[in-house]
Amino acid sequence: MDNLFASFKERAEAVSAEVHRCGTAAEARDFVHGLLREVGGTALWAPCAFLEAQGRPAFPGLSYDVTREGAAQAKVGISQMEWALADTGTLVVDATEVGSRLVSTLPQIHVALIGADRLLPDMASVLGRIKPEKACYLSMITGPSRTADIERVLTIGVHGPERLVIVFVEGGAA
Amino acid sequence: MTATFKESIQEALANPNLRGALGRFSEAYKISREKAYAGMDFQAVRDAVRDVKAHGASHLEELAEAFKAKAEAAGAKVYRASDPAEVKAYILALAKENGVRSIVKSKSMATEEIHLNKHLEAAGIEVYETDLGEWIIQLCHQTPSHMVMPAIHMTKEEVAEVFSTKVEEGQQPDIPKLVKFARGKLRNRFLDADMGISGANIAVAETGSLVLVTNEGNARLVTTLPRIHVAVVGIEKLVASFQDVQPILQALPRNATSQLLTSYVSIITGQVPNTDGSPKQLHIILMDNKRTEMAADPKFRQALQCIRCASCLNVCPVFRLVGGHVFGKVYTGGIGTILTAWFDELKQSDDIQGLCIQCGACKDVCPGRIDIPDLILELRRRLAVEKGMPLVQKGIFAVVNNRRLFHSLLRAASVAQKPFAKGGFIRHLPLFLSGMTDFRSLPAIAPRPFRDTFKEIVQPECKEKAAIYAGCLIDFAYPEMGEAVVRVLNKAGIRVVFPEGQTCCGAPARYNGAYETAAGNARENIKALLEEDVQYVVSACPTCTVALRDDFISTFESLGMGDDLEGARVLSAKTIDFATLVKKLVDEGRLEFKDGQQAETITYHDSCHLKRTLNAQQAPRDLLKKAGFTVTEMKECDTCCGMAGSYSLKLPELSAPILERKLENIKDTGATSVAMDCPGCVMQIRGGLDKLGSGIKVEHTAVRLAKRLK
Ligand code: SF4
Repeated sequence: MDNLFASFKERAEAVSAEVHRCGTAAEARDFVHGLLREVGGTALWAPCAFLEAQGRPAFPGLSYDVTREGAAQAKVGISQMEWALADTGTLVVDATEVGSRLVSTLPQIHVALIGADRLLPDMASVLGRIKPEKACYLSMITGPSRTADIERVLTIGVHGPERLVIVFVEGGAA
Repeated sequence: MTATFKESIQEALANPNLRGALGRFSEAYKISREKAYAGMDFQAVRDAVRDVKAHGASHLEELAEAFKAKAEAAGAKVYRASDPAEVKAYILALAKENGVRSIVKSKSMATEEIHLNKHLEAAGIEVYETDLGEWIIQLCHQTPSHMVMPAIHMTKEEVAEVFSTKVEEGQQPDIPKLVKFARGKLRNRFLDADMGISGANIAVAETGSLVLVTNEGNARLVTTLPRIHVAVVGIEKLVASFQDVQPILQALPRNATSQLLTSYVSIITGQVPNTDGSPKQLHIILMDNKRTEMAADPKFRQALQCIRCASCLNVCPVFRLVGGHVFGKVYTGGIGTILTAWFDELKQSDDIQGLCIQCGACKDVCPGRIDIPDLILELRRRLAVEKGMPLVQKGIFAVVNNRRLFHSLLRAASVAQKPFAKGGFIRHLPLFLSGMTDFRSLPAIAPRPFRDTFKEIVQPECKEKAAIYAGCLIDFAYPEMGEAVVRVLNKAGIRVVFPEGQTCCGAPARYNGAYETAAGNARENIKALLEEDVQYVVSACPTCTVALRDDFISTFESLGMGDDLEGARVLSAKTIDFATLVKKLVDEGRLEFKDGQQAETITYHDSCHLKRTLNAQQAPRDLLKKAGFTVTEMKECDTCCGMAGSYSLKLPELSAPILERKLENIKDTGATSVAMDCPGCVMQIRGGLDKLGSGIKVEHTAVRLAKRLK
């Protein structure tokens, strides 16, 4: 497990994602709070298992009511992921529920929560587990959005988030 | 070649941005791609991609039906369109019906192919490309010059200028700022649009899913925010099962941009909710536009294995000089030439097929295992059949097809050239031939061909026998290479025979689409070379070796000359290139070189056919080291030198800069010699260095080795 995590962290950081690991759900909550305080602006937290288990912590600027206008204005979007792939540093999630897509596409910063036990070695292991018939919109996310369309110069953050903050939560995110 | 086409080449060559940006990129690309595949077996991945795509190509109809059933069960509407007009009409009607005023698009080559934007804009609908590169070229009304990086031909200054004049004054040539500007400007377009149009990288028949691979995040917005999503998908994107997605996802980002995976991969299956919770309309248009026809063509079916990674463009020595716009159409580079010939029409490829130098770099890198150079030859052949050969060329091949006439003309030329030849080079040729010597000297035709000097070589009696196939260059320009081959083989106890009936290998004819001539050459050579019972047929010219080993068979096959195949196969089995044979003899302990380190440092140039068709690049290096030389590698050692047979005569403006780069790389090593295994490369590189007045020695490996025999 530690090996997988080390590999995930290395690969994800290589594509400019930020990777954190929290020992408990409460720690994760505090981490998110700290981040929100630091970056300011408004934030949206999409419905997810983590919230169901933890309740909805109240932070200044944070809302749980995900709308397209809210998401377009928000600085931070928070959602939960289902799988992490160690060999490419990828997050995988069933994003059929539109709120989860809005908070991970429109805001400048996307905070992705994930249970530390959700690590898989590679794409093959996740393709065997996901059923496209059940999940109408599957998203794989590897680092923040990027482009190199002008003179091949890599620039982080175009139409999607310019920061991807990944938070692993020990003992399962839920 | 038409004058306007030549002009477009000149124009591209004169554009320093193009050469600088593409050159730097293609250099960096090879290295970063290698890294992306580290720890992974590329050959296995590409086999898997080929299998998946080839299966798709041969079951198009079946897969399309299965896909339709699955996607519709999941709430999509699937429309099968046979031609571009149908696609355009469908989308326009849909837009009208739903009161669509503005559309955001994610990058899609299929819609570029059919010029969809123009059609929608003409009907008063606003259309915004949202991929940064696509948006830039949309703003300046250009076509993409590259399939993955549509605006790679432009500098940041040009982009700033386009943004300033077309969108908002005062943009600075600062890349992060330009990117931010695009983000800001397009944000409201996403939010306001009534319809989103995307392509798809893969369509899965088993589940009715679309797979979208992007980096910028625009495809996610296009498929999330507007209330209608239309996906225009070429039917060659179909794969059978969900598992088939994996090899394509492994190969596509690695080959396209040297990424392990793109930032986003979205897999959409059926209807998803809109942002207000209502179900989103999903329309999937499966577009044929000649793809079924292509699938029915036994030769061109493999072109449907393309996953549009554009790596064939990235490694192409011609593309990196001239960029995409000389190809004139939407798809560029080698695969673009093939797609243009099909999706537009064969004669559209008439000029651009001539750009292919046949170096095979694209074939080596293609994750779909498409033999692009071979398909381009097939285009040449079909073009030649359709419109006939130019008269001059016809005349030349008529001569080449007549061995006696051809050889006596070459002998005559060796006399006629006297006033022009000096020190083994023809420095100037009269009048219409002068274009040939503008950038490099040509070898003089030898006073006596190898076939004559061969008779005077005294050989030992040996048990084993090999036939030497000289090829035109060794026979008539470089007899010393032939002599070196004989000396080396004699030393290992092999007697060499020279079958007199041998003639041109037919490669020049074949590479110009003149398959009948090539077949005539093939027949004559097979007869001559199989006359005597020999263990090996050896050649020191890789192009000839490939002709003897592979091309004779495929030429006969192309022309349906089944009766000739048997002989071609027997010859093929005996054919071996010089370096591979000698390496084998050394390994068997039958051949040794003198002891002692040589003072000269050698760098080695990989000849295209030796490396990429015969896969024999290691043998000459090992042999040179065994013979006491220090071999130091040059940058891009396996990039074509620009010789490529008659290419350097037809397109000297491209051959010259390709050579120039090669010479720079050779000089940069500091080596005093450069070795290679192809007399054509010797001619090109020796000529180029001679013109520069460089003292670097250029030799065929055989000549080098012959001098170091124990
Ligand atoms: S032909 Fe091969 S290398 Fe070229 S774009 Fe297609 S898949 Fe890529």
